[in-house]
Amino acid sequence: MSRSVPLTVLAGGIALLAGLAIQIISADAVWSPSYGLAAALLAGSYLLAIVWRHGAAAAFLLLATVHLAAIPLIGHIGHGEGEMGPAYWALLISGWLAAWTSVTRLTAAARAVPPSAKQAINLLIPFVFGVWLILIWEAVTRGAGVPQVLLPAPSAVWAKLIASLPILWADFVQTFMKAVIAGYVLGCGIGFGTAILVDRSPFLKRGLMPVGNMVSALPIIGVAPIMVMWFGFDWQSKAAVVVIMTFFPMLVNTLEGLSASSAMQRDLMRTYAASYSQTLLKLRLVEALPFIFNALKINSTLALIGAIVSEFFGTPIVGMGFRISTEVGRMNVDMVWAEIAVAALAGSAFYGSLVLIERTLTFWHPSNR
Amino acid sequence: MTDIQATDAASGAGGTAEDDAFRVIEARELCLTFETNDGPVHALSNVDLTVDRGEFVSFIGPSGCGKTTLLRVIADLEKATAGTISVNGMSPEEARRKRAYGYVFQAAALYPWRTIAGNVALPLEIMGLDKAERAERIARNLELVNLSGFERKFPWQLSGGMQQRASIARALAVEPDLLLMDEPFGALDEIVRDHLNEQLNQLWDRTNKTVIFVTHSIPEAVFLSTKIVVMSPRPGRVHDVIDCNLPRERTLDIRETPEFLEIAHRVRDGLRAGHAYDDE
Ligand SMILES: Nc1ncnc2c1ncn2[C@@H]1O[C@H](COP(=O)(O)OP(=O)(O)O)[C@@H](O)[C@H]1O
Ligand SMILES: [Mg+2]
Repeated sequence: MSRSVPLTVLAGGIALLAGLAIQIISADAVWSPSYGLAAALLAGSYLLAIVWRHGAAAAFLLLATVHLAAIPLIGHIGHGEGEMGPAYWALLISGWLAAWTSVTRLTAAARAVPPSAKQAINLLIPFVFGVWLILIWEAVTRGAGVPQVLLPAPSAVWAKLIASLPILWADFVQTFMKAVIAGYVLGCGIGFGTAILVDRSPFLKRGLMPVGNMVSALPIIGVAPIMVMWFGFDWQSKAAVVVIMTFFPMLVNTLEGLSASSAMQRDLMRTYAASYSQTLLKLRLVEALPFIFNALKINSTLALIGAIVSEFFGTPIVGMGFRISTEVGRMNVDMVWAEIAVAALAGSAFYGSLVLIERTLTFWHPSNR
Repeated sequence: MTDIQATDAASGAGGTAEDDAFRVIEARELCLTFETNDGPVHALSNVDLTVDRGEFVSFIGPSGCGKTTLLRVIADLEKATAGTISVNGMSPEEARRKRAYGYVFQAAALYPWRTIAGNVALPLEIMGLDKAERAERIARNLELVNLSGFERKFPWQLSGGMQQRASIARALAVEPDLLLMDEPFGALDEIVRDHLNEQLNQLWDRTNKTVIFVTHSIPEAVFLSTKIVVMSPRPGRVHDVIDCNLPRERTLDIRETPEFLEIAHRVRDGLRAGHAYDDE
């Protein structure tokens, strides 16, 4: 067992001591009890990290102490918005390194715990990462007084989000529930159906694929205004853009998936005198599932981008894209960020649920078992 | 010994009407040439073959002599480029559509998303059998290959030998009169192989199925067969047909008898001669 102190602990401890030293000698450093509390909790964390190194319990205690320290660390900014100096930044870096240490310890501890606990830890790690991303963002924007227009603090975005819930909800319904869902279902459905047809007919394959290729290469800023002219200002034209964007990835992936089954597996079906549809349902489509889900995942992202961007080209006075374009014009950047947060949340939930469905349906695939 | 079938009917090309009723495979001057980028590959050249009902015929020969190709032509997985072939008096395609045979591939080719029982059920579902009938056949055939208790396992949870046994159960579940097996035991260890050889012999003896069996192993061919077709490569052709008139019911001890060793010797000579011919 090595007695040496890990690099993150060493660097974090030095940062902590440096911060305290600057705080004491520098005349214009902002002082508050929160600073002292944060420094004390961080000092406790590092002591803990050095004394008690192994096991899940030690890792969790470290994690708790570090995050407890984060509260006064952010609270301290309130005593001097935009006036934070080196003494504070050193403390922030020290806190971040302590969090890093706790995650490293958790990862190490995860190897020795039962699978169910391991899964929980695996979920916790990206969560801790996200928390510190937001903490540092908050500390830097408010502590250094970054102008709102450049980058609003997460707390400001959150306040705006809470205050504008009805507007955000209406935008979400217009863009996501109507344009994205309708366009996604139609685009993926037509792409899938076309793939089945193209797979059966070599003539279609030669005729349709180049056309599909061309359509997929069309720039969205050219397509969106045309769709507005064809289908009107409301969500239907946005759904049409989404259909165009999602059709081709689904077509190509499904086609590739349909030829994924091995020759021997298809020969086997032949020896049973299986019909075309039996072979399709019992073999080829199952083998195609990983490819189809690949397209579904790509398309979930494309659909959201497509629907939001196409709202820049004519829309009723509701919708996420509409809101972003008008609020940018009014310099209400916190509202833009609130819309971005909603989009990120909706997009991740969409993507995440697809991943969950995929895992249960393709449990047999070598990459999942 | 109860050797009812005329196992030496290989020469009976001009048989009577009754003979034809027993004829399972009848191939005349069968040729198959693969067109490849490196020019034509003569996988089969002027192959004559007769197999009667209840026979156990082995194809033996070095790699690339066309054993698999010949089996695939019988199964209608490959079309001959010249010559004639009939299976149960029909074209191979008609026979395949009537599900006249069960085919065991060199690899198990189980579907990873189906359990072992689900894999055996696959052909039965395609045939449209009802649930009770399927369950009965699955249980019986898994029992036959010693896989009872593994019904709910997935293929990747089983060893290679167990997977191959499951694939044999799957072919047997169709209950075909004709079994086509392409080196089914090639990847198995000696002990499992001996055991399965005995079981296959018993199965064939009890059910009077016709079996066509591809193998690399001389003892395996002699132990199982009533007739051994020795093939040689470039072009793939039948070099010799050796009758193997051991009793139908066999135990592994038979491999020590002079009769067995005599036939094994003749097969080995045939294989050597096939090679010598090749080297000219
Ligand atoms: N689909 C194919 N295309 C081209 N050549 C093939 C194909 N299948 C088999 N061959 C060739 O035909 C010959 C006979 O092959 P095969 O019947 O598999 O031999 P065996 O089973 O006796 O080892 C080999 O030379 C092989 O390379
Ligand atoms: Mg072969």
